[in-house]
Amino acid sequence: MSDPVVELPIDRAIDTSQMKVTDEVAIQISDMNKWYGSFHVLRAINMTVNRGERIVICGPSGSGKSTLIRCINRLEEHQSGQIIVDGTELTGDLKNIDKVRSEVGMVFQHFNLFPHLTILENCTLAPIWVRKVPKREAEATAMHFLEKVKIPEQANKYPGQLSGGQQQRVAIARSLCMKPRIMLFDEPTSALDPEMIKEVLDTMISLAEEGMTMLCVTHEMGFAQAVANRVIFMDQGQVVEQNTPSEFFNNPQSERTKLFLSQILGH
Amino acid sequence: MSDTHSNTVAYVRDTMLPQTEPPLTEKGALKWLRENLFSGWLNTGLTLIALFIIWQALMAVGPWLLNSVWNAGSLRECRDILDGATGACFAVIVDRWHQLLFGFYPRHLYWRPVLALVLLFVALSPVLFPSLPRRLLTFTAIYPFLAYHLLWGGSVWLPIGAALGFVVGALAYIGLKRVNNLLAVFGAVLAPVLWWLVLAGPFDSTMSAVLPWGLEFVRSDRFGGFLISLVIGISGISLSLPLGILLALGRQSDMIFIKSVCVVFIEFIRGVPLITLLFTASLLLNFFLPPGTSFDLILRVIIMVTLFASAYMAEVVRGGLAALPKGQYEAADALGLDYWKAQRLIIMPQALKISIPGIVNTFIGLFKDTTLVVFIGLLDPIGLSNAIRASTDWNGIYWELFIFIGLLFFIFCFGMSRYSLYLERKLKRDHR
Ligand SMILES: Nc1ncnc2c1ncn2[C@@H]1O[C@H](COP(=O)(O)OP(=O)(O)O)[C@@H](O)[C@H]1O
Ligand SMILES: [Mg+2]
Repeated sequence: MSDPVVELPIDRAIDTSQMKVTDEVAIQISDMNKWYGSFHVLRAINMTVNRGERIVICGPSGSGKSTLIRCINRLEEHQSGQIIVDGTELTGDLKNIDKVRSEVGMVFQHFNLFPHLTILENCTLAPIWVRKVPKREAEATAMHFLEKVKIPEQANKYPGQLSGGQQQRVAIARSLCMKPRIMLFDEPTSALDPEMIKEVLDTMISLAEEGMTMLCVTHEMGFAQAVANRVIFMDQGQVVEQNTPSEFFNNPQSERTKLFLSQILGH
Repeated sequence: MSDTHSNTVAYVRDTMLPQTEPPLTEKGALKWLRENLFSGWLNTGLTLIALFIIWQALMAVGPWLLNSVWNAGSLRECRDILDGATGACFAVIVDRWHQLLFGFYPRHLYWRPVLALVLLFVALSPVLFPSLPRRLLTFTAIYPFLAYHLLWGGSVWLPIGAALGFVVGALAYIGLKRVNNLLAVFGAVLAPVLWWLVLAGPFDSTMSAVLPWGLEFVRSDRFGGFLISLVIGISGISLSLPLGILLALGRQSDMIFIKSVCVVFIEFIRGVPLITLLFTASLLLNFFLPPGTSFDLILRVIIMVTLFASAYMAEVVRGGLAALPKGQYEAADALGLDYWKAQRLIIMPQALKISIPGIVNTFIGLFKDTTLVVFIGLLDPIGLSNAIRASTDWNGIYWELFIFIGLLFFIFCFGMSRYSLYLERKLKRDHR
């Protein structure tokens, strides 16, 4: 493997022993199209994600990255083609949508914590009301994940009292409390100050180390280099190129990828 | 002076003087006066003018209030006692307070509305103060039926039969939920309606025949005074909030039919004066109802006032909904919460919190609007003040009655306003 192109702002060794890609298909997208009115946002997307894969999606702003991952848990509706998540096809059927949503965790750019609930309540709400977990058990699980993202002592505070990095880690813990099999991240660090990016990336890396299937929209190329097994480049609603990180960074194929990389890496 | 410093620093105090009180002119009331009322020629002038106006007002009203007559049988007696001096004649309140409060409600039954009011506070307490035990909410659920029975009396089986409708609905829901969700919702709506239309009547008559329990019946036309304002106001307030929330949600719905019904309803009601709705209640509803039904006038007014306030409430709540970031809906969706759970647990708690000032505003407006029922012949406090003035004893008395009525309304409205401030402070959680 060649030299890392970018530095990862994490100063620990990454344990890759659990990062295994299996043959089992987690997400299957075939010939999927989406329009906003007459605007063709996503064009003929084909994509297979196997269980255990860690995929980074990048591309210029407005290229449809958010729209793509929001289609995977039906926050956006696609108009043609197929999306199958964990064997369940996403259609208008509300039962299927609920099933997929409870299997897929999502972390947003602006955290979207519930400001009227404490950190602990944020984490226990969905398990209690969607999964029907008893309150005590849900709280124990929540504390477990809050410890994992290293903020158990904030459990009884409100989101407004926490820093951005802490809020994003709570958001990750909140998703994990639903015991998802797939995690989606939509630019989880772009609303954060540099010193907080590190703590959130650290949390995401430890998730990857446990073998979680992850789709991350991010421009943290250091993260892509260190953790991803595949990088997907999108532009104008299309998947332009996908490859392993080292090939992607060192040997980009298309002109658009080269241009994008030169802008983002500043060479 | 110590030697150690004297070489390097010319003068440094190293024993500190104790702190002293600020001089008199820089302290307490005097300082406050100087800074706030006399801080310049303009302010001094304005202060003096204001003082003069206050003085004049006190001179005009003061003697009138201080000379109040509290014991007299008529306005003539009052004037005799005053013997030419200015003075208020609050004797009218002493003489007629029971009418202003209860209308023509039978005197020996006054304890019933009073008990209903006391129990109202018990029923409200778990709603207003979440720290109280949740078990009290059971009483809150029973209260409307209990209050109805206390106020109107009659057979105890009528309110029980009405309440059983809800139980029937709940049972139908639980029973059918095992079969199908949609069916359960239909059943929960249909079963109680069937119960009320078909079975509640026979239930009432058979049970009354077997166990003729109940309080003495009081007809609606005996109700009056502040009692009527409270009955209409409180029913309107507690019904218009849930209805307004449903209308606001309906207005945002993707289902075009529900959306149009809500929009048309809200825009129609907001575009029509309340008084026309009240006239509709008193005249027109009779045409629409099946012949032979005598539909209580107070009940009709409650329905109209509720519909009126709920249209305003819907718009207030919509404002709160619009203020919520889209991310809150998305986070709730992404966690797998369905529409109603997301509304109940995430959206409404925040939207209602934002809307508290507007909601309370609507409540207060509704409560004061109950005085409009005087125009359709109900004897609310204003109506009674006219009636009292019509008697020869109190012909020509105005101020004292209006002051008393105004004070009663003020106590309730001010109470609501203070509670809303308390609630806003308590719910302030964003710490921004
Ligand atoms: N709700 C919407 N309605 C119409 N256009 C939208 C909507 N959301 C996004 N778009 C457009 O779709 C395109 C892709 O958006 P997005 O997926 O957010 O891009 P990215 O996340 O890659 O920056 C953009 O041009 C954006 O303006
Ligand atoms: Mg985006």
